Amino acid sequence: MQRSLPATRRGFLKATGYLSLAFAIPLDNALSQAANTKPRLPGDLNTNRKLSAWLRVNSDQTVTLLVGKVELGQGILTAVSQICADELDIDFKRVQVISGDTALVPNEGVTAGSFSMPYCATAVQYASAEVRSILLELAARKLNQPVASLSVQDGVVVAGNGARIAYWDLVLGESLNREATGTIKPKSSQHHQYIGKSVPRIDLTPKILGEAKFVQEHRPPGLLFGHLVRPPTYAAKLLSVNVARAEKMPGVIRVVRNGSFLGVIARREEQALAAAQALNASAKWQIEKKLPTHEGIFDWLRNTKPNRVIETKVQPRTSTEPAVKTIDATYHRPYHMHASIGTSAAIATMGLDGVMLIQTHSQSVFETSVAIAKMLGLDPSKVRCQHMQGAGCYGHNMADDAAADAALLAIAVPGQPVRLQYTREQEHQWEPYGSAMVIRTQAGVDANGNVLDWDLQIWSTPHGTRPGGEPGNLLSARYLEKPFTQPVPTNGGPPNYAADRNGIALYDFAGHRVLTHFITDMPVRVSSTRGLGAYANVFAIESFMDELATAAHVDPLTYRLRFLKDERARDVLQKAADAFGWNSWKKAPHRGRGIGFARYKNIAGYCAVALEVEVNPRSGRIRVLRAVASADTGHIVNPDGVSNQIEGGLIQSLSWSLKEEVKFDDTHILSTDWASYPILTFSEIPPVEVVLIDRPGAPFLGTGEASQGPTSAALANAVFDATGVRFRRLPLTPERIKQGLSNKGQA
Amino acid sequence: MVQFTLNGQPVRSLVPNATPLLNVLAHDLQINGPKFGCGKAQCSACLVMVDGNPTKSCVTPVSSVAGRSITTLVGMKEGDKPSRLQQAFIDEQAAQCGYCTSGMIVQAQALLDRNPRPSDAEVRAALDGNLCRCGAHNRIVRAVLRAAQGA
Repeated sequence: MQRSLPATRRGFLKATGYLSLAFAIPLDNALSQAANTKPRLPGDLNTNRKLSAWLRVNSDQTVTLLVGKVELGQGILTAVSQICADELDIDFKRVQVISGDTALVPNEGVTAGSFSMPYCATAVQYASAEVRSILLELAARKLNQPVASLSVQDGVVVAGNGARIAYWDLVLGESLNREATGTIKPKSSQHHQYIGKSVPRIDLTPKILGEAKFVQEHRPPGLLFGHLVRPPTYAAKLLSVNVARAEKMPGVIRVVRNGSFLGVIARREEQALAAAQALNASAKWQIEKKLPTHEGIFDWLRNTKPNRVIETKVQPRTSTEPAVKTIDATYHRPYHMHASIGTSAAIATMGLDGVMLIQTHSQSVFETSVAIAKMLGLDPSKVRCQHMQGAGCYGHNMADDAAADAALLAIAVPGQPVRLQYTREQEHQWEPYGSAMVIRTQAGVDANGNVLDWDLQIWSTPHGTRPGGEPGNLLSARYLEKPFTQPVPTNGGPPNYAADRNGIALYDFAGHRVLTHFITDMPVRVSSTRGLGAYANVFAIESFMDELATAAHVDPLTYRLRFLKDERARDVLQKAADAFGWNSWKKAPHRGRGIGFARYKNIAGYCAVALEVEVNPRSGRIRVLRAVASADTGHIVNPDGVSNQIEGGLIQSLSWSLKEEVKFDDTHILSTDWASYPILTFSEIPPVEVVLIDRPGAPFLGTGEASQGPTSAALANAVFDATGVRFRRLPLTPERIKQGLSNKGQA
Repeated sequence: MVQFTLNGQPVRSLVPNATPLLNVLAHDLQINGPKFGCGKAQCSACLVMVDGNPTKSCVTPVSSVAGRSITTLVGMKEGDKPSRLQQAFIDEQAAQCGYCTSGMIVQAQALLDRNPRPSDAEVRAALDGNLCRCGAHNRIVRAVLRAAQGA
């Protein structure tokens, strides 16, 4: 079960009964600790090598599992608990997880990129297996029996002669306080009791019963409430504001102004909000008008000088056979929001001990605490972030900004906790969006329509401006009297990539080139949004494969399989097609089917999506009638968890692809709430079938972002099949469909 | 002063009449469940029952519930046990992040109270004003239908 976080180290000591603690290493040391001379350890054990950093055996007959990855609603804490219980041979209920407290847990960096299963779960697996072997050695000595004669049942070690001793009765001393060797092999899958089972999520029952505490529901004694006044535009400067009037309003404790950062602390939430509204009404700003508008953004992307043109892949064809024909197409994706249902929130307390304690739903508690420390001029050891759950974030939303803003307010009232939760308008207007992108594809084909040369070019602004220890990446830090400048973002390179994530098609083409025009000017704020560039790149690749198949008069599934050598990729594609009934499907008027495939990042989970649509030619409305997804995510730890992620990603991608586009004029973001930025609702959501392919013994592969890209392409391909019109600009809104149908050409 | 019944218990609130009910529930009475999502009646994360009617507490002034009976997610349990609907949510693992869950259960319970055997389409129609961002919709629908079948 997940234990609520003890607020102090003393509390933690009491809770676990342990006196020696391996405190989390500061960020700067994280990599140096994994000295190159040391053997590489599995997953995040490599950077957090001490067994005691991960696991403690408690006298109360429980095991504490400490992880740096955090729960975002994706079920990671349940999955790692399953692994821990299996490898240690203990009942699942004995595993107590502490996650994301920078003072207590191993530094695992950011919870993102579908890395938690390969890195955290793998570390937990090997650490647990090794701790079990240490416990067995201790038991063997104590019982004076050979290790080989021992077996374990729910933490009780039983020897061949019947003698027994429980883990919790062994004197561990310093035996776990040493580096892992990574040499103890985890169990094979036939010995798993929990891995491979759909164990119910540890956090869901409390959430369903109203017993769970989200950070929004954390209420330390003496809690004060903060609200902010955001500038009207990205580069606005605060010229004047009537602070005195707001200070006299009911409940107001302090107005905090620092340059163009403006906030207020009050006794009650609505008092803080009212004071912020009054401040906002009296504030005079210098504003700029220089946004390219959402209609103009694609021209802007094509015409803006990139910071770099990256050769993501250059593979010239060796044969000299000339192409018979060249086909090209250009695809567009607008800015998308994370659009979490809960607005971001945090609680910060400037402790009288000089430590700023922040409860946050950040995905990057370690790096964000460093960035906040630098912003406040504190030593990094004086900022402690404790992860508490918030609404699903799907990437870098405003969680870190809320943590920073709460700290900026709390530092003005030492000793008193300050809670900050953004308004809906603030969240919608100021969160970092998923970047708009333009993707041009070109293929030279032979007489049979087969690809000889494949060329894909990407135009995109950055996909990563996470705090990363840099205050300039915290929104408010840029508006302070002494502002921090946002560092120029870089594009993540291989094997994960960023703007060009999944830019390299998994298909085997003789000539294959991918160029990435990486533009670091950012007219609107951007950062990591589920899948980064993969969503749009897969949309382009898989739409274009359909276009090529059509040009070659070949079934799109057959055409894909011609170029796909990876057996697991072929399998996943075929499974989706079979479950959909691809070969027996009958065309009906206004109906169409489409398929899309990708292996996320070309190194994580495989996913294929097939779906059927009906397009109403009069209204332009697309109804998705049903969808099937297949997924191969390696060895499956929790099948229901994988299904939930694949289906959730599919539905979210349908929402992006059918409805979502951040709108802005030359001055303002116009998408300010759910009315101006609608998302998919219940009556628009199709039945979804998920087919899982288990690969026992294979490495765990990340799942959370696998279905995003394939879904968008399957949708556009199905709409083409239904209408005969190729739509290359997302989202596929009714207006756009109507316009495309009336042009009867291309849209 | 405003008096009302909260999950069967009499409570009173001394805050100004216009204070949003959500703030009184979440901050003063420390009720976990109804959550701030938008503050403008668009998402239903803040839903509670007021005399059996699903009500958006973020835009409801506390004074308007004087003398009424409010039920929140925690008040739906049957004694110490999950309600049939809550159990169905558990059985279907009908959530991802769970932020919208409270509002979903309140809305769905109101539907089941007036229509114990809803169809799939009726469940979807009833929940159309409840936003979910994780894509747990189909699980939620299955949970409601499961609870209805057990009725």
